Amino acid sequence: MEKLSFRLTAARSAGGTRAQAIVGVVASGNLEVLLERSHPADTCTIDIATAAHGFGAVWDAVVRDFVARRSAGGLRISINDGGARPDTVALRLAQGIRKIEEPER
Amino acid sequence: MTAVTANANSLSWYEASARQRIDALVDAGSFAEFIGPELREISPHLAIFDLPEQFDDGIVIGRGRLDGAPVLVAAQEGRFMGGAFGEVHGAKLTGLLRAARALEQDVLILFDTGGVRLQEANAGELAIAEIMRAVIEARRAGVNVIGLIGGRAGCYGGGSLIAGTCSRLIVSEQGRLSVSGPEVIETNKGIEEFDSRDRALVWRTMGGKHRYLIGGADTFVDDEALAFREAAINALKAGRRCDVTVLEAEQTRLERRLQRFGAAEDAVEIWERLGIDQPTEIPGLPTGAFLRAAANRENADDAR
Repeated sequence: MEKLSFRLTAARSAGGTRAQAIVGVVASGNLEVLLERSHPADTCTIDIATAAHGFGAVWDAVVRDFVARRSAGGLRISINDGGARPDTVALRLAQGIRKIEEPER
Repeated sequence: MTAVTANANSLSWYEASARQRIDALVDAGSFAEFIGPELREISPHLAIFDLPEQFDDGIVIGRGRLDGAPVLVAAQEGRFMGGAFGEVHGAKLTGLLRAARALEQDVLILFDTGGVRLQEANAGELAIAEIMRAVIEARRAGVNVIGLIGGRAGCYGGGSLIAGTCSRLIVSEQGRLSVSGPEVIETNKGIEEFDSRDRALVWRTMGGKHRYLIGGADTFVDDEALAFREAAINALKAGRRCDVTVLEAEQTRLERRLQRFGAAEDAVEIWERLGIDQPTEIPGLPTGAFLRAAANRENADDAR
């Protein structure tokens, strides 16, 4: 497994009030994304454990694009990756944001 | 008390994830998870093999309400390592079943498993034994333990043994229930014994319809979350005993079944002997027609 960590400054903080959300599953070509609201509003950390080695530069591009486009401030994001493609990763991250912003029942 | 509502959207049980199944099964908004992913109770073994981990180790456990009644729920994620049992995965289910006995609350187990995880086989096998004991102890204390089978991994190996100890089983056509999986049989006995790539053979030997017909499952439902929910609500209404009389009756039934069908070469022969008019048509029948054709099936009793 290769471990990667990013600490990024986020322009917008995540909406909603849920403390956490989880999306996806660890399987071939898939990943799980756990989002927890535990940082200052302008900070987003992303920790990745991936089965596919040597793709640090791609992860760097995907997570920077994600934090620039979505409201990810305040989130501690943890990823277990089973070798998902960058587009799948981007969709899962977006799905995670949507989930943590859902109103609580 | 708030009104009881289900999540009304149509959802394929087979396609859904463990978490989606729970959300669709219990009363809307009633589920509270135990040992959630944020606690990161991951397998202590997978890292040794440099394999990916999952924060919930492939099983979601917790409490919820089913038609207003409190229930404990466990759902396996069949896409993570084939839903297989490891040390943590198994311990979560054992703990839930022991809680069920202490709290006297019924349990729903949403099976989706290929059996024991090979990378942590000893821990996994021990977990299966502990879970079976915990199921029986809960049932002896009057708790219902309902198994729901309709996931992509089916219910194989140790999972099928646990299913065998449940008080009732609900199965869809997509669900498969068998101790040995198709590839295992083919590997050990040869392709002439069992061709694991013959999907029709796999389904008519291990699939939900056959299991229902021979009394290996109690209720047959569509591949639809709401159908599983309705069946689970009904299953909990039937109070179930688990004592020596029940087990002896079941033993007698299984001996009779073996006498009746033991010489059959294929499931279709069994369906013929059950008195089904057009046994070769069974795999293609929609649920309503299938249930009518299954009127003379072997009954599943309190044990199987």
